[in-house]
Amino acid sequence: MNRLKVLTNGLIRENPVLVLILGTCPSLAVSTQASNAIGMGLAATVVLLCSNVAISALRKIIPDNVRIPCYIVLIAGFVTVVQMLVKAYAPAIDEQLGIFLPLIVVNCIILGRAEMFANKNTVFASALDGIGMGLGFTLALLAMASIREVFGSGTWFGLAVPGLAGHKVSILVLAPGGFFVYGVLIALVNKLTKGKAGKNAEQGCAGCPAAAACGRLGAADEAKEREA
Amino acid sequence: MESLLHFDFKGLVIILMSAVLVNNYVLQRFLGICSFLGVSKKLDQATGMSLAVIFVMLLATAVTWPIQYYLLEPYGLGYMQTVLFILVIAALVQLVEIVIKKYIPALYSALGVYLPLITTNCAVLAVAILNVDSRYDFLASMVNSLGSGLGYFLAMVLFSGVRARMEDGETPAAFQDLPITLIAASIVSIAFFGFAGVIDKLFA
Repeated sequence: MNRLKVLTNGLIRENPVLVLILGTCPSLAVSTQASNAIGMGLAATVVLLCSNVAISALRKIIPDNVRIPCYIVLIAGFVTVVQMLVKAYAPAIDEQLGIFLPLIVVNCIILGRAEMFANKNTVFASALDGIGMGLGFTLALLAMASIREVFGSGTWFGLAVPGLAGHKVSILVLAPGGFFVYGVLIALVNKLTKGKAGKNAEQGCAGCPAAAACGRLGAADEAKEREA
Repeated sequence: MESLLHFDFKGLVIILMSAVLVNNYVLQRFLGICSFLGVSKKLDQATGMSLAVIFVMLLATAVTWPIQYYLLEPYGLGYMQTVLFILVIAALVQLVEIVIKKYIPALYSALGVYLPLITTNCAVLAVAILNVDSRYDFLASMVNSLGSGLGYFLAMVLFSGVRARMEDGETPAAFQDLPITLIAASIVSIAFFGFAGVIDKLFA
């Protein structure tokens, strides 16, 4: 496979947040400030790179039946390492991200890439995929956080934006603003890609570890409709 | 941390009410968004999923609280928290699924489908970690988990009603499905701001 394509896939065409719709919780929660978005994005990128490499290297050893628990243990290990590093070297970021730093463990982007990419591809390709997806996550977070911070608090990376200080739309920094900005950004991507985003979201579902259960849910639903 | 038997009814009510209304897990704290967006299309699914979440949250807290205070802290293993909690919760959900499938088939047919979906639901891991971060005693932790679960239930049920209405509306092509759902969630979330002062005023 074309290596450059693997790397750039995650940035735009298959952006995990805006196109595959993965990792919604941290995207909404930490995108109140651009600096938080960068911190969260980089932490997740490091975990994603390490877990992709490790899972790809072990893909012939891990038995298929217990692969999800194995992936979770590997990912949890890397998250703990990153947690300790952030606590030691960037305590301010640790304070800001709070609960969402340990919650990288259950971030669907990481398990999703393990399931969809790392367990089928070589170590090198998986590393590139990890970097690409991680940076795509960071980029999407930064875009969301920039909109929310510039218009919500009149600053960008903590620096005042001239002319906006007196016209803050504070609600953008609060919870409703998060949902709103995310919704509008997805709609924008939808418009630009002519509805491709929705189609790719289905692919994202295939990579979710809960896909089988979700499928059962859909099947149960259809059966009920047929009865009715 | 105070003794296990310390009983402060008013304190517990405040914890419960703030977890349900003020710090609503889904609409104010952004936890469990994936399942909130995915399973809130129909009322019966939303109810089933929320009941399963309440059940697993209580169970996870009942197990992780003793682990934190009798295993991790006395032996200085606090850094293993993330790894241990997620493993315990994942194993527990599997075990519970097997047990209720065998012994309580009625409950299994109601909740069974939802249980595997919950293992990777961030709200469950979050409630276990937040209980420890807030230094709640055992009873307060259980009450906080119950409140968080009820808050999730409330958000899911309310929102499934909003979504049922939305299906009849005409949405611009680019906004169909997810974007319009997120914008509706934003409006529901504004409604929850109304509760912010209620708790302070009630128990002041």
